[in-house]
Amino acid sequence: MASLDRVKVLVLGDSGVGKSSLVHLLCQNQVLGNPSWTVGCSVDVRVHDYKEGTPEEKTYYIELWDVGGSVGSASSVKSTRAVFYNSVNGIIFVHDLTNKKSSQNLRRWSLEALNRDLVPTGVLVTNGDYDQEQFADNQIPLLVIGTKLDQIHETKRHEVLTRTAFLAEDFNPEEINLVIEKRYFLREGNQIPGFPDRKRFGAGTLKSLHYD
Amino acid sequence: MSFLIDSSIMITSQILFFGFGWLFFMRQLFKDYEIRQYVVQVIFSVTFAFSCTMFELIIFEILGVLNSSSRYFHWKMNLCVILLILVFMVPFYIGYFIVSNIRLLHKQRLLFSCLLWLTFMYFFWKLGDPFPILSPKHGILSIEQLISRVGVIGVTLMALLSGFGAVNCPYTYMSYFLRNVTDTDILALERRLLQTMDMIISKKKRMAMARRTMFQKGEVHNKPSGFWGMIKSVTTSASGSENLTLIQQEVDALEELSRQLFLETADLYATKRIEYSKTFKGKYFNFLGYFFSIYCVWKIFMATINIVFDRVGKTDPVTRGIEITVNYLGIQFDVKFWSQHISFILVGIIIVTSIRGLLITLTKFFYAISSSKSSNVIVLLLAQIMGMYFVSSVLLIRMSMPLEYRTIITEVLGELQFNFYHRWFDVIFLVSALSSILFLYLAHKQAPEKQMAP
Repeated sequence: MASLDRVKVLVLGDSGVGKSSLVHLLCQNQVLGNPSWTVGCSVDVRVHDYKEGTPEEKTYYIELWDVGGSVGSASSVKSTRAVFYNSVNGIIFVHDLTNKKSSQNLRRWSLEALNRDLVPTGVLVTNGDYDQEQFADNQIPLLVIGTKLDQIHETKRHEVLTRTAFLAEDFNPEEINLVIEKRYFLREGNQIPGFPDRKRFGAGTLKSLHYD
Repeated sequence: MSFLIDSSIMITSQILFFGFGWLFFMRQLFKDYEIRQYVVQVIFSVTFAFSCTMFELIIFEILGVLNSSSRYFHWKMNLCVILLILVFMVPFYIGYFIVSNIRLLHKQRLLFSCLLWLTFMYFFWKLGDPFPILSPKHGILSIEQLISRVGVIGVTLMALLSGFGAVNCPYTYMSYFLRNVTDTDILALERRLLQTMDMIISKKKRMAMARRTMFQKGEVHNKPSGFWGMIKSVTTSASGSENLTLIQQEVDALEELSRQLFLETADLYATKRIEYSKTFKGKYFNFLGYFFSIYCVWKIFMATINIVFDRVGKTDPVTRGIEITVNYLGIQFDVKFWSQHISFILVGIIIVTSIRGLLITLTKFFYAISSSKSSNVIVLLLAQIMGMYFVSSVLLIRMSMPLEYRTIITEVLGELQFNFYHRWFDVIFLVSALSSILFLYLAHKQAPEKQMAP
């Protein structure tokens, strides 16, 4: 078991967008019945066969670190959260499709998580400005997921989806670090819902996440 | 003519307050949420605007601005509107939004919210019975009836908040300044936190692998059911699922531990931040801490004395202070002139600090408990609390003002038993302070014990 490589993926987003439900769905293949506030960080593990069916098949443990809290927390909470951001292989940003502000806050989340490595003193120094240049040399693959699509009325869905499409472009259009947008339904029973795949990403040690 | 000018001044200031409430709502309270129901924002801003207008009228009373009759008219009008909002509108909308959240009753929203509102009115009315606040000669729907009940609720709230604040403030200052937090402490805690997370991960990996092998071997996850199932489970050991439940329990305990460690680390960071400002700012906070701690202890002491000796203050602090300076220190100055200005400053400070304190507390409370579903209901509840709080502040502020300025409040609010409210405030304040002392003591005792356990 120790020979299996470690893959650490952060799941970030505002309070109440559905990170814990998402992690639970990915790892236990079940919908989370009673979601409650995440204090600190909760971890779950998914076993994944990389390049299944090929001779290079290898089994990985993907650790999904679901960090709780909001972007506007006190700096003491932010400093404590920063301890989870070490040696991360990938980040999943989750936002709520019924709540515009949660997608706007994703930029601040990315600043918080990605700036961690730049400041070795342990004190978070961000002036809150968003700078696309900062992502230019970022090696960590990012994934943006929008939740609660089923709670939006049919007629408004198109407008919401076009808005979120622009959001994805703000992160990293370079080919080394690609961004995918996937949407899925949170409440539909026990089956794993289908994902409309746009692109497949691969970089570094984190290989493709492919859902049937 | 002067009435028109006065009214236009009042209306301008009301619009200003409304705008401020609107901005506060948008920028602070609903920072992370999308505002979909503008009704909520309007109600909140309106409540805020009318509450602030009441305070403004008190200030005008002291300063002698505006015509006396127009002041009286505006008082009456303001009071009626605020009571209308607090007793009719806000509870109705709270009921409406609660009912909207429940799917089953969605069709007959209006009906059920009316029912909820009627229940609220019933309890609201019953509230007045055990308290000796009214003389029976008032009619059913008079202002006095409504204000007395609103006053009771508001005063209780104020006293609870003040009591808890009076105890919490010295406690936090003392615990922050008496503790010595070093970097190594924080690093050690962080290391423990990460170790705990690693342990959780390794256990979860075992569970995931076990589940996978079980799934591949075709074993059933659920416990075997039925008669034969029970017999089978006795003879053959479903070791897979037993192991899983055991590991799951360990994982639950470890997760609880990780949460505790996270909170402790955040606490230490907060302490370190305050201590490291040993600069001017740090000394300033230090001084403030001592000052407020002494003030809080003095307040608790005074409340006890008031109750034990059955004493209700007859004169306000300003006149007392002036009397003392004039009689004992022999300093002669124009009493009337100075009392007006000093009471203006004092009352102004009280008003500003209470508004600011309330808004900060509301914001913190809102962040702590709201979610995207219940945010509307919670904001309306906060608006209700804010309105009641401000109305009862007006009741209680009367005691801090010299006699000549009390008349308008007494006139407008009618024949309320003001002394009762002060006594009630003292009682609840004391009760709240004592129970917070007990609560904090228990919480403090539990914390070091948990640190001992590995």
